[in-house]
Amino acid sequence: MDASDTDLAMAAAGGDVAAFSTLMSRCYDTLYRLAFRLTGSQHEAEDLTQDICAALPAKLQAYRGEAQFTTWLYRVAVNAAHDRRRRAATHMRAATGWGDWEQNRQAANSEAAEQVNWLNRAMGHLPDDLRDTLALVLDDMTHREAGGILGVSEGTVSWRISEARKHLRILREKEDQI
Amino acid sequence: MTDDLNDLKQALNAATPDADPATKAAHLALAQKNFDDLQGSRDGARPISSRPNRGFWTGARKMLNSLTSRAALTATTAVVAVGFVMLTPMGNGLLHPPKPMRTEPGVVSAPEPVELARDESPKSDGLASGLTQERTREPASDLADARSQGKVENEADAVSGLAAPAEQAFSTMAEQIIEPPMALPYEGDSEAYANEAANPLQITAESPVSTFSIDVDTASYSVIRNSLMNGQMPNPDAVRIEEMINYFPYDYPAPVGAAFQPTVSVSTTPWNPDTRLVHIGIQGAMPDMENRPPLNLVFLIDTSGSMNQPNKLPLLKQSFRLLLGQLRPLDQVSIVTYAGSAGQVLAPTNASERGTILNALEQLQSGGSTAGQAGLQQAYAAAAAMTEEGEVTRVILATDGDFNVGISDPEALKAYIADKRDSGTYLSVLGFGRGNLDDATMQALAQNGNGQAAYIDTLAEAQKVLVDQLTGALFPIADDVKIQVEFNPAQIAEYRLIGYETRALRREDFNNDAVDAGDIGAGHTVTALYEVTPVGSPAQLSTPLRYQPAETADTGDELGFLALRYKAPGASTSRLIEVPIMADMAPLPDAGFATAIAGFGQLLRGSDYVTNWSYQDAIALANRTKGDDPYGYRAEAIQLMRLAASLSEN
Repeated sequence: MDASDTDLAMAAAGGDVAAFSTLMSRCYDTLYRLAFRLTGSQHEAEDLTQDICAALPAKLQAYRGEAQFTTWLYRVAVNAAHDRRRRAATHMRAATGWGDWEQNRQAANSEAAEQVNWLNRAMGHLPDDLRDTLALVLDDMTHREAGGILGVSEGTVSWRISEARKHLRILREKEDQI
Repeated sequence: MTDDLNDLKQALNAATPDADPATKAAHLALAQKNFDDLQGSRDGARPISSRPNRGFWTGARKMLNSLTSRAALTATTAVVAVGFVMLTPMGNGLLHPPKPMRTEPGVVSAPEPVELARDESPKSDGLASGLTQERTREPASDLADARSQGKVENEADAVSGLAAPAEQAFSTMAEQIIEPPMALPYEGDSEAYANEAANPLQITAESPVSTFSIDVDTASYSVIRNSLMNGQMPNPDAVRIEEMINYFPYDYPAPVGAAFQPTVSVSTTPWNPDTRLVHIGIQGAMPDMENRPPLNLVFLIDTSGSMNQPNKLPLLKQSFRLLLGQLRPLDQVSIVTYAGSAGQVLAPTNASERGTILNALEQLQSGGSTAGQAGLQQAYAAAAAMTEEGEVTRVILATDGDFNVGISDPEALKAYIADKRDSGTYLSVLGFGRGNLDDATMQALAQNGNGQAAYIDTLAEAQKVLVDQLTGALFPIADDVKIQVEFNPAQIAEYRLIGYETRALRREDFNNDAVDAGDIGAGHTVTALYEVTPVGSPAQLSTPLRYQPAETADTGDELGFLALRYKAPGASTSRLIEVPIMADMAPLPDAGFATAIAGFGQLLRGSDYVTNWSYQDAIALANRTKGDDPYGYRAEAIQLMRLAASLSEN
């Protein structure tokens, strides 16, 4: 019964319904938590998780067990988050030609996003790549694992973490002055 | 150095919410469904669970059968291979587990046994043994046919051993929604409201003309009601006074032989004894509903993940079920979804086939791939296919704020909807749920689509919008209705239009038929109120100019002049109606209640012009003027005033 996630995933890739079902119920919470960290809002996280759940069965067919399933899943999640961001950016660019209401709406949206606490500001102000890296490392991934997921070297992950620290320190200093 | 990171980590852990159980169940069901769909093509090829018990000859015969239908080229090899399978101990083992082999020279050209071998490899055997016992292997097509929403959810639950059945999770959710924590403000969410600063006081001598488009939307009132019912004062920006006033039907004089009848009255202002209220009431004609033209409705439904809440998709289903009861056998309905499982869910179907429609509606679920987003085009295509000469066609977009309908450039979206409007297909927007509601976009889309924007928060509201006022919402009787009032500076020193801030038009737009404006549906009533200050009144706020004596044209007692333009549905040139406004015009029968609502709205907005007048005064006035109130809308409004009165004291 205590088959590893990777074994379950291999079985699911081969068409085993029950294995897939067990796998999904096991990893859903992890997935959702990561989605929340990548997006910073419950609403966005739900939509992202749905995207992933919808696409996972097809993606899983290509899973060959070269990487740990969790690693693989995280990679899928990070890529899905990138896709969503890219779509949002396209939409945003297109919106500049739109009437006042759309721009006001987006301004109001970003304002609302800024009102939340130190945490979301801290994460939100980081560039996307640092943020993704941090989300993984704070989820108890080693730098090496995070590197594997993001497709960068372990050294790059370490460098990004130290960059993220710098950002946080500056932010903290700014806040302490207030 | 590491402190920051640790703090952040702790904060993150604390802030990460648990996955919502209902959403989780839906997502898992979706994953399961996609998984099943994907397996569909190979289900037939996979072994059934009785496979190991099958006799030796069955297996061999089956293999031979499948082999004979293969290309003749491989036949010789295959026969040799079969011989190998049958005769060697190893091959024998292949057909009789427990010693399965993954690769065999003999089965290379026979796909089915390959599948068999793979599925029964020790890997899946070992890990799934405890899970697969009750698994039935229905053919994929049967599964798909029999799949109703509930079934899929239950199936997912049963298989995965998830906590509670989805239905139960839903009802728990419902309880939570009905009694939400009072302290939870909506302000932090991504709601966006369309509003402008309240109309300022105008000095008649400087700008005597006021022009605006009429508005029959009611969304603002529902949003306000929802806030107050949740124990919060509504965001002042969410208050559009004209939508509050126009939420209620009024008993204005009915038109005789015309599309609608404007009536003007002048009365005293309850919140200022020194000003007057000019009340413009428009009553739309009620066409003969017995012989109404057939109606084509395309429901364009948002099925994004966020719709998966009791006050969204389930409420939507109930609402449309109510609407269905109002349709005639010749009416047609089609359902298109977007943002989730995209595509046409129900091809155009006659309303008489109630079962088919209800079934399609019932099967809607938030979920599916996000790939197909061309929902809007598809909806209009369906609408075009349904339309025949003399019929009325309307797309009804239902969403909680995800307008990713397939056109991401808002300008193109607006143009697209306007273009379709000109070709006769109108668009109405129904908003569901709070938190992500995009009021501004809703307004913009409905305004461009010549439709109504309404916000559905309760089944009672669905009843009002989709049943009681169905005819008005769906059958247009006049398009592009614009109002222009010119005030007489000899009589009126100052004036102020109450509400309609988002509907202001330029003076020159009034006569320009190319400029779009609001529409009136069958039986709609529209009300506009001006607060005017007579010349010489102590209420006058501006001091008359010293060097510019007021012009006095010889127009007698006229306070002003009302001009109204409208087009017959589908027509391109407008018609004009003109009515002088006299000081002694008798008050309209229902003017009092509209005034009470106007005062209430201004209090909610925090208007500078309504002072020395409180919610209690509004309640008293509304109670006095409530009238018949057959549907109980007005009683509810008074209840809301009471709530606002209590909440504003905190």
